[in-house]
Amino acid sequence: MKKTMYEKIWEAHLVRASADEVPILYIDTHLVHEVTSPQAFEGLRLNNRKVRRPDLTFATMDHNVPTTDRSLPITDLIAAKQMETLAENCTQFDIPLYDIDSPEQGIVHVIGPELGITLPGKTIVCGDSHTSTHGALGALAFGIGTSEIEHVLATQCLLQQKSETFEIRIDGTLPYGVTAKDIILAIIGHIGIDGGNGAVVEYTGSAIRALSIEERMTVCNMSIEAGARAGMIAPDDTTYEYIAGKRFAPKAEDFDAAVEHWKQLPTDEGATYDRTLQLDAADIAPQVTWGTNPGMVTDVTGHVPDPADMATADEKTATEHALAYMDLQPGTPITDIPVDRVFIGSCTNSRISDLRAAAEVAKGRKVSENVSAMVVPGSQAVKRQAEAEGLDKVFQDAGFEWREAGCSMCLGMNPDTLSPGQRCASTSNRNFEGRQGKGGRTHLVSPQMAAATAVTGRFVDIRKFS
Amino acid sequence: MEAFKEHVGFVVPLDRINVDTDQIIPKQFLKRIERTGFGEFLFNDWRYLENGDPNPEFVLNDPRYANASILIAGANFGCGSSREHAPWALQQYGFKAILAPSFADIFRNNCYKNGILPIALPAEVITSLSQEAQDTEGYQLMIDLEEQSVICSDGTAHTFEIGDFEKYCLLNGLDEIGWTLQYEADIATYETQNPS
Repeated sequence: MKKTMYEKIWEAHLVRASADEVPILYIDTHLVHEVTSPQAFEGLRLNNRKVRRPDLTFATMDHNVPTTDRSLPITDLIAAKQMETLAENCTQFDIPLYDIDSPEQGIVHVIGPELGITLPGKTIVCGDSHTSTHGALGALAFGIGTSEIEHVLATQCLLQQKSETFEIRIDGTLPYGVTAKDIILAIIGHIGIDGGNGAVVEYTGSAIRALSIEERMTVCNMSIEAGARAGMIAPDDTTYEYIAGKRFAPKAEDFDAAVEHWKQLPTDEGATYDRTLQLDAADIAPQVTWGTNPGMVTDVTGHVPDPADMATADEKTATEHALAYMDLQPGTPITDIPVDRVFIGSCTNSRISDLRAAAEVAKGRKVSENVSAMVVPGSQAVKRQAEAEGLDKVFQDAGFEWREAGCSMCLGMNPDTLSPGQRCASTSNRNFEGRQGKGGRTHLVSPQMAAATAVTGRFVDIRKFS
Repeated sequence: MEAFKEHVGFVVPLDRINVDTDQIIPKQFLKRIERTGFGEFLFNDWRYLENGDPNPEFVLNDPRYANASILIAGANFGCGSSREHAPWALQQYGFKAILAPSFADIFRNNCYKNGILPIALPAEVITSLSQEAQDTEGYQLMIDLEEQSVICSDGTAHTFEIGDFEKYCLLNGLDEIGWTLQYEADIATYETQNPS
């Protein structure tokens, strides 16, 4: 029986599977953060339960943390209370915590791979929908709710129905100026924000193989924005090179043995998927979202669409709502849209390669006087590396703010928010109404496009930027 | 978890597709460490004006729908963030069931854990029920989980699909963690065979 990678990982983690019961799936790694976990720990206490495997659980603080000077007290007392609560819970249940003062602190989906916690073939969950990021290394990783967090804490298992499999194949060579972010935005534009519902996506093809691990993370990260349960990419030499030497990764003979095991994971030749889609990398252009969900996206050379052109009445209404919220007129060229803010960061695009790409564009240039721009590294380790390479200076010389690590203005739970009416070019993953601040207007782009937009003050085709 | 067997309630139509969980409960309310107190912030940014007054344009503020416990919405309801605060807010506001042509996966799972029934019905049925709710003052529906049926006042019934296990959990208000822990020996065996 030929199997897909998803099916292999799924079957290897079944604790119990009988025909008339919902399967019990074993979870290898549970990542925890401050926002979605407090009620789960409270549930354990109320039911007098313990954490089954604190050694397979890792916690950090990312969603709420301020990105300004960490030596100052946290002014948001409710956020501070939530962080304190996580620290208390980790102490009580003996869970390792990378807190706000830790040199390893960072966005949970940045530090997992960085520390070698994320490995091929693992099942990984976290109370955060962007857990799909970890699939870039060939793990089965998906977001869960707080009740499920409690379930995993107590049992190290989840009750799970098997998903459908969905192969998205991208062959060919990415044109100059087109990035992993543009690949995933183009996919979401193609299949819609519910196009992946009920499925685990496996990204395949020569264009995916050519991506670095960090770029693969960008692609897998936004699988959830197409509604997919998870996104994954088969491990290969690029993966093994990335993992080698990471803190929690297997070492020496153990590493070699692990690689032999990981080589068995890729989908068998001739295995079939429930759904398939093929795109040509050469057809993908730099992408910019114009609306209020990530599927409302077009090429940078495109225009704001006309609601009248939508295929269904529902889509027409949704487009009208979106254009009213975004204060955009149908037919406006994307490159005519000015911005007030630029945000480079988030679990989608805050890794060292993202910052290098943005810095290359920013180097020797100045942020437009009409724009306020900030760079928020994904982790303290990314920040240290960037500073060692002088990227902080490049950004600051150009007029960008250089911040401490965290989720920051991707969701604006901390003080980093848009004001009502402000328009932002953002490297994050969601352009929902109010996502970056009530009344704020978000356009999703790649790091290169964000940096170029900061300089010109309006969207610009990175391919023509000089 | 509270059991769900049967429910009769007033219906409110929310005529939007792709309602994301950021709209259901905006992020500024995710800082609480309690499981309660989210109902008053349900759909906060749509429901209230800048000055904090109810937005008269938003359907939940229409006095006709003041006591609704069944929400009808467009396709792909609950997309985006995995925040369970979304079903908590819906439930604490008073909703027992959500009817839509489709739901996002994580949101649907989260509903089941909180005694809220997400019911997927064909788009044309949703459109017609939504129209009825707009046209008929005090429009009610009955939901019978045992029969997997949404029953209109004229007796028309629309059946819906639900997994056997989800149905069992809802009907019995089952503690899922307790259910899994009865197989503790299987988990221990797995851990022995697959040391980490």
